[in-house]
Amino acid sequence: MSESENKWIGKNTIRPDGADKVTGRAAFAADANMPGMIWGKVLRSPHAHAVIKGIDTSKAEALPGVKAVVTATDIIDFPVDTPVPLGIQDMRWMTRNVMAREKALFHGHPIAAVAAMSEAIAAEACKLIEVDYEVLPHAIEIDDALADDAPILHDFIEFDGKPSNIAGTLEHTKGDVEAGFAEADVIIERDFTTRPVHQGYIEPHACLVSVAPDDKTTIWSSSQGQFMVRAMTALLTGIPQSSIRAIPAEIGGGFGGKTIVYLETLATILAKKSGLPVKMVMTREEVMRASGPTSGSKSTVKIGAKKDGTITAAEGFYWLQAGGLPGSPIRGAAGCALAPYDIPNGHTFGYDVVCNRSKVAVYRAPGAPIGAFGVECVLDELAEELGMDPLDLRLKNAAKEGTKAVHGPTYPVMGYAESLEAAKVHDHYKAPLGPNQGRGVASGFWFNAGGESSAQVNITEDGNVVVTTGHPDIGGSRAGIANICAELLGIDYRRVSVLIGDTATVGFSNLTGGSRVLFASSMVVTESTNNVIGTLCELAAKIWDIDPEAVTWENGEARPAGANAGQFPPLTLEELAARANETGGPIGAGSQLNTAGAEGGFGTHICDVEVDQELGIVRVLRYTVLQDVGRAVHPAYVEGQMQGGAVQAIGWALNEEYVYDKDGRVDNPGFLDYRMPVASDMPMIDTYIIEIPNPKHPQGVRGVGEVPLVPGLAAVRNAIYDALGIRFNSLPMSPPVILDARNRKEAAE
Amino acid sequence: MTDTQYVAPQTLDEAVGAFAAGGDDARILAGGTDLLVQMEAGVVSPGVIVDVKQVAELTTIEETADSGFVVGAAVSGAALEEHPRFGEVWPGVLEGFNLIGSTQIQGRASLGGNLCNGSPAADSVPAMVAAGAVATIQGPDGQRELPVEDIPTGPGSTCLAPGEILVSLTFPPRPAGSSDAYLRMIPRTEMDIAVVGVGVSLTIEDGVCTAARVGVGAVAPTVLLVEDAAKALIGSKLDDAALDAAAGACSAACNPIDDKRGTVAYRTKVAGVLLKRTTEIAAERAQGA
Ligand SMILES: Cc1cc2nc3c(=O)[nH]c(=O)nc-3n(C[C@H](O)[C@H](O)[C@H](O)COP(=O)(O)OP(=O)(O)OC[C@H]3O[C@@H](n4cnc5c(N)ncnc54)[C@H](O)[C@@H]3O)c2cc1C
Repeated sequence: MSESENKWIGKNTIRPDGADKVTGRAAFAADANMPGMIWGKVLRSPHAHAVIKGIDTSKAEALPGVKAVVTATDIIDFPVDTPVPLGIQDMRWMTRNVMAREKALFHGHPIAAVAAMSEAIAAEACKLIEVDYEVLPHAIEIDDALADDAPILHDFIEFDGKPSNIAGTLEHTKGDVEAGFAEADVIIERDFTTRPVHQGYIEPHACLVSVAPDDKTTIWSSSQGQFMVRAMTALLTGIPQSSIRAIPAEIGGGFGGKTIVYLETLATILAKKSGLPVKMVMTREEVMRASGPTSGSKSTVKIGAKKDGTITAAEGFYWLQAGGLPGSPIRGAAGCALAPYDIPNGHTFGYDVVCNRSKVAVYRAPGAPIGAFGVECVLDELAEELGMDPLDLRLKNAAKEGTKAVHGPTYPVMGYAESLEAAKVHDHYKAPLGPNQGRGVASGFWFNAGGESSAQVNITEDGNVVVTTGHPDIGGSRAGIANICAELLGIDYRRVSVLIGDTATVGFSNLTGGSRVLFASSMVVTESTNNVIGTLCELAAKIWDIDPEAVTWENGEARPAGANAGQFPPLTLEELAARANETGGPIGAGSQLNTAGAEGGFGTHICDVEVDQELGIVRVLRYTVLQDVGRAVHPAYVEGQMQGGAVQAIGWALNEEYVYDKDGRVDNPGFLDYRMPVASDMPMIDTYIIEIPNPKHPQGVRGVGEVPLVPGLAAVRNAIYDALGIRFNSLPMSPPVILDARNRKEAAE
Repeated sequence: MTDTQYVAPQTLDEAVGAFAAGGDDARILAGGTDLLVQMEAGVVSPGVIVDVKQVAELTTIEETADSGFVVGAAVSGAALEEHPRFGEVWPGVLEGFNLIGSTQIQGRASLGGNLCNGSPAADSVPAMVAAGAVATIQGPDGQRELPVEDIPTGPGSTCLAPGEILVSLTFPPRPAGSSDAYLRMIPRTEMDIAVVGVGVSLTIEDGVCTAARVGVGAVAPTVLLVEDAAKALIGSKLDDAALDAAAGACSAACNPIDDKRGTVAYRTKVAGVLLKRTTEIAAERAQGA
């Protein structure tokens, strides 16, 4: 399909959720209420690391108004020696994350939960629960957790034959790095650190759960996957999936952080025990203390190149904090780090390190920004050393169709080099810079995902369309699907309603995550819509009494395929819908697929900063995101993804950081002191959309949402180097850090 | 789990009476942008809330005959910004006050609340200190007046006795060639808390600084009046040497802590930098006026 032929694909149609959101009608999880509903509250560990020797809930249970109390013994245990994978999660760790079992592993770790007639009574009851702790020394930072005398979080974890906090490793190898470095004229090796950062969704976790006496369970919650909520709740409570109906609320942001459960299991057990619907809503403080950020990291990256810029070898070692239970995104770090480059000899290695912080959760391209940070910083230095333009160095080594990546796959057609070429000729790259200003570039990659999706496309009796899919819409999937369905049917997009079904009303659909939703759900919607079109042609054939093959569908109408098919006036969708009963019945089609062919995504960022040399403040003056998006089905949403990712990267680079006190408690559990950027910190982020259609998708769609977070950390850092002449290898580059480095540089000069 | 009683008296006497009767558990409510946040966080749970927004003395802005101002302690940032004259005479006080929060917060936040909340980082306070503003306080035992810098006694505490209400803030008349300015350092551009805040008020006659006051926030347990910095400015032409000396005095006066918001070294250094920048803005305004 070329652009000119498309009526809706590629158009900024009005977003289906817009009116609800701007008028306050959109129902988020905390908006759900039920008659007879009571409130659940979580008692959280006051210690960063402690053995739980006993819990006495009797006083809490005796408090008037308390209806149920839950501890780990009420939740299904999965012994630590047998993996129980569910997607990228492992239920062994999930059961210990929703409620501490043997040990409290971080300050804020749930210890018990109470449901009572009011929030105040529930909170009071939590205070009456007596917990016998044996407080242990804690390890917050990676180096603390790796030290010889480090407190060991889990006695069942061993590494190198010894008890260890290294819970797992992952390695990618291609060629022979030693031989590759021997061929290099220039080798640069540097150490880096990045801090854990939170996804920062505005809407705290919330749910309402009702369990009938026959265990039929209804869960209203804010998540990135109602089927994930159902599956995890079933596994942790023993209620079969068929008895659980998980209804997705409108979601107020997730960015990966809502791909696991926190409250749903607790509320389900509380509701079951009390016989009353239970509502639970986290405070911002609970979100910051106990929901997953992404990992902090340390890494060592080494790259060698010939004088002409040809990279001969590259190597990266990454240590990522998992939090209290295993599962940091080492795959994203070690897999994506070198992915943009055609490297003959490459080696990456990731270590999963447990420590006494809240368990990490997915965050937009999990691990990839960490992987890219070191590599893109070293490339910047390498370019300077070689006297090359940093974009030229990347272009010289850019992966392209046919390149075998260090992490394994051989790439199909894709647009990484195009993003570099577009950056080189972009106005931004050529614009003059003033004093105290600098410019940096960096690139990045994300895998993207396919997987299971289901959809149902129904024609209403009045000839309009209802599409039901199974993915919470966090990035504009409803608008994109409306465009695609309207395009295929040849009707106005306003006649297509796209709804998100619950687990009882639509087939299994995997999480909203991995930048997979528009890719996968538009495949099932395309298949369903094409089946509906087939049915419509059959109905017309029946009315005209001709062969179904002799009918075509054009511009929202059935028409005889050619002169030979006969002379009949076209039948519109409305006419066919009105006559559906006489021709065969309701018109609709469903489709379920395990989709493949998502293919990776690449982007390049250009960042300009200005540094206030006396205060150490870095302001981003101009920022451009250039990315191959496959096909921009709804360009405004695509731009929104590119801009949002860049903003999150800028926050990560400049100010976001958890501050821990000496007792291992987060000292800044709120947006006042956990400094995510605010709107006035940002320039308008410019976007440059490159469309190299994904050949494996009917509309050419590629995942878009995660790539734009990946290059940003290094783009900002490289820009600061250009402005100040100081290479920062640790994040965040906050004002005290900048000022201190600048003063030390001045003193040295 | 105690119930909170809410009263909204119409007169100052009634307000003082209700506040005094409420004892230790009573809290004054002006805009509530600190108080309600603290209640939500469980930091305070008042038995009685005395809303002072109906009391005339606390909600009016009066320009006195000699072009001084008396600003009610509960006047909101938005209301003071709309006053036709206040911002002309005290642009620094107004900019400090208007920096607080966002548009929504500005509709509620008051100078009195900012001062009585007792935060060393309160944005309007350094500029009020620099302005030489005087607080009028009414209590069960009558009325008294105190310079603004004497009100806070430490983070979260003031010298107000039980039952005492801050009624208004009096800004003195100013000679020609006077102006003021306030600057704060925050890592972001808004919705943040000052790491350092500096207010400077000065008078310039024939190019010479004849009067100056300097208030510095977030570098000690209370907002400081830094007389040594003012002395370095007075009598000078605000040349580099005078500014350096004033900046040095400003840094020397700092007694900050290392915390999540900034290090001692950073705060000390930045206090001097901001002193210079604030002085330059105030001087420009004074000479332009
Ligand atoms: C989102 C947000 C952003 C903010 N940003 C800033 C900022 O940038 N800079 C800043 O300095 N502050 C900021 N604040 C804090 C707050 O808005 C200010 O301190 C504001 O000036 C408080 O005024 P108020 O009228 O709302 O005080 P209230 O909350 O009504 O009162 C504050 C305290 O003072 C007492 N009090 C109030 N009036 C009197 C009186 N007349 N007599 C005796 N006691 C009294 C109250 O009992 C209470 O203890 C912010 C707050 C929020 C919620």
